[in-house]
Amino acid sequence: MSDVVSIVLKRLGLGLITLFVISVIIFLAVEMLPGDIAQAVLGQGATEENVAALRKQLGLDQPAPIRYLDWLAGAVVGDFGVSLVTQSPVGEVIGPRFANTLFLACYAAAIAVPVAIILGVIVALLRNTLFDRVANVMALTSISSPEFFLGYVLILYLSVKTGMFPSIAKLSPDMTFFELLNRTFLPALTMVLVVVAHMMRMTRAAIINLLSSPYIEMARLKGVPAWRVIIKHALPNAWAPIINVVALNLAYLITGVVLVEVVFVYPGIGQLLVDSVTKRDFTVVQACCLIFAATFILLNLAADVLAIITNPRLRYKK
Amino acid sequence: MADKKKDVLLQIKDLKIEGYSDEKWVEIVHGVDLTLHRGEVMGLIGESGAGKSTIGLAAMGFARDGCRISNGSVEFDGMELTTTSEADRRALRGSRIAYVAQSAAASFNPAHRLIDQHTEAPVYHRMMKRMESQEDAIQLYERLRLPNPDEIGFRYPHQVSGGQLQRAMTAMAMSCRPDLIIFDEPTTALDVTTQIEVLLAIRDIVEQFDTAAIYITHDLAVVAQMADTIKVLLKGNEVEEADTRTMLENPKDDYTKSLWAVRSFQRDEKPRPGGDSVPVVSVKNVDAAYGPVKVLEDVSFDVYAGMTVAVVGESGSGKSTTARCITGLLPPTSGHIEFKGEVLPPSYKQRSKDQLRQAQMIYQMADTALNPKVRICDILARPAEFYGGLKGGELKARVDELLDLIELDPAKFYYRYPPELSGGQKQRIGIARALAAEPTFIICDEVTSALDQLVAEGILKLLDRLQKELNLAYMFITHDLATVRSIADEVVVMKEGKVVEQGPKTEMFTPPHHPYTDLLLSSVPEMDPDWLTQLVKERGVEQLGENADRD
Repeated sequence: MSDVVSIVLKRLGLGLITLFVISVIIFLAVEMLPGDIAQAVLGQGATEENVAALRKQLGLDQPAPIRYLDWLAGAVVGDFGVSLVTQSPVGEVIGPRFANTLFLACYAAAIAVPVAIILGVIVALLRNTLFDRVANVMALTSISSPEFFLGYVLILYLSVKTGMFPSIAKLSPDMTFFELLNRTFLPALTMVLVVVAHMMRMTRAAIINLLSSPYIEMARLKGVPAWRVIIKHALPNAWAPIINVVALNLAYLITGVVLVEVVFVYPGIGQLLVDSVTKRDFTVVQACCLIFAATFILLNLAADVLAIITNPRLRYKK
Repeated sequence: MADKKKDVLLQIKDLKIEGYSDEKWVEIVHGVDLTLHRGEVMGLIGESGAGKSTIGLAAMGFARDGCRISNGSVEFDGMELTTTSEADRRALRGSRIAYVAQSAAASFNPAHRLIDQHTEAPVYHRMMKRMESQEDAIQLYERLRLPNPDEIGFRYPHQVSGGQLQRAMTAMAMSCRPDLIIFDEPTTALDVTTQIEVLLAIRDIVEQFDTAAIYITHDLAVVAQMADTIKVLLKGNEVEEADTRTMLENPKDDYTKSLWAVRSFQRDEKPRPGGDSVPVVSVKNVDAAYGPVKVLEDVSFDVYAGMTVAVVGESGSGKSTTARCITGLLPPTSGHIEFKGEVLPPSYKQRSKDQLRQAQMIYQMADTALNPKVRICDILARPAEFYGGLKGGELKARVDELLDLIELDPAKFYYRYPPELSGGQKQRIGIARALAAEPTFIICDEVTSALDQLVAEGILKLLDRLQKELNLAYMFITHDLATVRSIADEVVVMKEGKVVEQGPKTEMFTPPHHPYTDLLLSSVPEMDPDWLTQLVKERGVEQLGENADRD
């Protein structure tokens, strides 16, 4: 197990370096954006003096490297500064939004991952049958449609025409958990449709890839029926690629949801990021991007650790 | 043995099997009959493509994907397997007919412990409870002389050596006490010393439980130890069948006779060139390691121009690692390699193009050593262009010349792809690719061990002819002593990363030997049906068991 620990530590170290590089890139990208935050906050009618005063107040008169280092010094101790637009601490601005996004991602993942893997196993078992083809066509259709389109189609059929689910995922603090699930069902379902195909097809491919292995033939020659061959003999050896694709898709559920949030007016971090970019709210943008990067790094790390745990060859040395 | 032939267990009649290729069904087994009695062991022998495995699997009512039983009947203990339902066939498999595969390492599921795979069939077929079956597995492991029988089943396949896995697989086949076991080349992938232990284990347990068996192999000497009767197959047809002693003493068919006569090729040993001639390659006191694991220790030998040095030893003895040191793929931790008296840089990265050109390699698996998506002409042109700087017409002429050298018609093979070639032809292309660089020294790494005996002999003759014409020096890595006998001038015996003995071939094959050389030599099966029995008497079972613990 010490191998796992050393891999985790190494990856975490590399992850920190990655985060640092990303913060530099984001800073430079925001710097390069045309326009000026003080101007944006005060509006077109503001006088030169007022704009200059606000710039000074926000520290924007300092040269870029100094501003970056100031920010970095704070970030290292967990202080991401204040929003340049609202002046409230970044943590307070992002916190509830990120929690909302995480909730939606978990909701979608809780449906998508089991559905994808179970479907993947079933289509591997029924490979090259009508069911397999239909499932693949549907999966490809859903993956090829833009998520805003899927979202509007779902609104049309499941909300406008039948009224089964609300079309707007507005949240209020006094909702019960069940109400919350009901309210956010359509955005979650949209995201499920977007990610399920990828994971299902990888599960199918990873299993079918193993079916020509001698140990699969051995299992069949022991009289083991087809479903048991797949679940007991193929699936345990197929985890590594499946886990990797699941991790990638989970990351996408957190970082790639802007359009879905816009369609369903859901107060998540994606919308916040887009708003902050238009307002040149550098500190918020920076923090959002770091959260996204950290999500990718942690999920990939989790995938690697899981791949080791599910593989006896890596778990037990000779 | 004769009184075993009481009642018929398996009766195959006019069995035809088709395989799907190039979008049509092609017949690969053309009407074979087979009768097996209870407790009888039948050897099926033939070269690759003879249909041995396909017939073996058909005896279980099983056809691989892309194959189908198109005609004939397979009757097992009164049940017709070709027409019964898949569920009925499945009920037989594992419980009454079991299978032992060629490579136990590939046929055990890497994700489960051995004992869980062992108990799967008895538990699934509702013949035993899991705990009962586990206890039974431990007893079987003990009978098969596996080390630590109480504990070994609780390991994963990668934690157990090849010979032990093969015995564990035999134990697994025995788990439901089947009436019939199909052994499909169970010892082909093993070293000779390990092979003996597995052969003995299989023979004993089959006798103890009076199990009938079909023993598939291409090795006559092996089948002679195991089978009561032998059936010879060629390209999906039966050649002849007889009981083992009759077959060995008096084969009737010409094809069978030719199988018996292989390994006729033998070359006289050449002495070292006299005077002050310098060896082409000289390995001087080389130590090497993979990370912290030391794999070579003080290895030294010389290879002279026009001569073949055979490096023999079991798997893990460091033969291929030595080759990696010579080619610079693995820089030695101490010692060095000399080429014509000049010290070579340890890593291939530091060697000049000319130094790299001089030493080439031919690999065991021509299948994987040739890029399947590249035409033969490009495979051969690349090294000729890279090392020789040839272009255009000159290059084409050179490729034609190379194909002529390996006795393949340029007009026919120039634009072909490797998958269109037979195993022997592919290996010839591998040889031509090595020659394209115009080397003086070639490392042949088990180049014939994946080939049928007749094809292998052709390759050995070709290598010998090329050596004479081009004055090449060969380092010939092999575990097969028959190959050594036919082609080597000098022999280096390796064990656990060390050279235990070296010298001219005739000296090595005449006693007295180093004890390890003796063990290797005496472990090669002979065409005498009593050989294994004799050997066990001489060495004793304990001796074999000790040997098992070592790997």
